[in-house]
Parts: sequence; structure tokens; C-alpha cells
Amino acid sequence: MANVLINAPKTVRKGETIELKALILHPMETGFRPGANGQLIPRNIIEQFTATWNGAEIFRMKMSPAVAANPYVSFFAVAKESGTIRFQWTGDRNFSAEGSVMVTVT
Amino acid sequence: MMQPLPTRRAFVAGSLLVTVLPLASAEATPDAMAAAIKDVVGEAEIRLGRVTLDIPPLVENGNAVPVTVRVESPMTEADHVRAIHVFNEKNPQPHVFNAWLGPHNGKAVIATRIKLADAQKVVAIAETSRGEFWSASTDVIVTIAACTEDVK
Repeated sequence: MANVLINAPKTVRKGETIELKALILHPMETGFRPGANGQLIPRNIIEQFTATWNGAEIFRMKMSPAVAANPYVSFFAVAKESGTIRFQWTGDRNFSAEGSVMVTVT
Repeated sequence: MMQPLPTRRAFVAGSLLVTVLPLASAEATPDAMAAAIKDVVGEAEIRLGRVTLDIPPLVENGNAVPVTVRVESPMTEADHVRAIHVFNEKNPQPHVFNAWLGPHNGKAVIATRIKLADAQKVVAIAETSRGEFWSASTDVIVTIAACTEDVK
């Protein structure tokens, strides 16, 4: 199970713009680096990151090997309704991880 | 002797065209980045402005360089930033990331951390719902390179 760290406010006012931060442990191996044996280490990256708020997509990002190891992403969203914000990462070698937070909108 | 004149003139005119046309997007950017940008933008005009690309000008470690892209936009249904694309010149590949946004984001601001293999120029391009492209670029000096550090 991949290690995921998500930061979001627990309660927000309706209509407020909030910052969402997500971090995941992942090597983001570029495929351009030789290993100890001189052979290139095969590429192993996260290719896609998506966030949904109660099922509706609010953010999507396509990553390349140039995104640093343990990808950290911060973005904003307008709080419309209470619910679950779900974050999903997919990538090479059938990598798939997710995390979610509950946000109460008052 | 009348024959060479028009062709020479055409050649001069042609070479002028070639040098003048790509000015807006290309300013000495390496070909790979220009091609990657063209893949995203197509033939549309890229204008400077509205985008702020925050990267420390001097980076000690290219393995994790903090980057923030801010785009001035009302982020309304009618006028919002649809996507933000970031490119680099000298990593093995010109792509860094593409992110898709909408009016539900409220602010067109993204922060992340990237790898830079060398001192180089990083370019951010914002695509608006009106089909406009705005850009910003920053020159970064990197002392410890990422991506290919073990290659000699």
C-alpha cells in the first residue's frame, strides 16, 4: 500500500476557495539513470493524478519523469457541498493508489 | 541575367519570413521543447503575460525544485483557465506536466516539485476557455543535476 498524505481543511464556508495538498511516496524513476550494474533502471513513474469531489472531477494532472520523486501537488477548489474528495494516482507497472478526505461545507 | 534576380529576391523574402515568424514562441528554445509546445498549442499564438512561474533562480539540488504556477483569471464559467502546461529545455524529455482545471477550482494556482537536469529555461503555458494561450518562462541555474546524474 502506497503511503499517501493529504491536507485539506475539515470545515469550510460554502463558496470558499480552499487549497488541497497531496503527497505520495513514489520513486518516480526516470528510466534515464543507470543502476549499480551499469544498465538503465527501467522507468517507473506515476503518469496520472486525479481528484474528484463527490465523484465529479475537479483536477487532473499528467506527470512526466520530470516530476520529482514523492510527487507533491497543491491546487485549489471551490467548496460547493459537503462530501468526499478522492485522490487517485496511476502509473507504470499497474501502479494505483488512492486517498480521500471528508470536507464539511457550512 | 534577368533570371536570377526574382529567385534571389524570393530567397531573401523567404528567409526573412522564416526568421520573423517563430519569434513569438521560440526565442532560441531548443527544438524538442518547441515541438512539445507545438503539440499542445498547435498554430495558436502564445502571448507573454498573465502567468507567473515561481521557481528559485538558483537551485542547489535539481532533484526536487519547487515550482508554483499562477494564472490571472476570473475562473468563471465563461472565462477560466482550462489547462496549465509546463515544459523544460534540457531534461531528457521536454514535458514536465500538464494539468487540467475548470471554474470549480476558483484559483488557477498549482504547486509541485520537479526535476531539472541542468541550468535551463522552464516555460509555463496556460490555456484559457477562450482558446487563448498565455505564457511565462524562467531561467534556472542548477548546481546538482537530476534525472541523469549518474551518466558520464
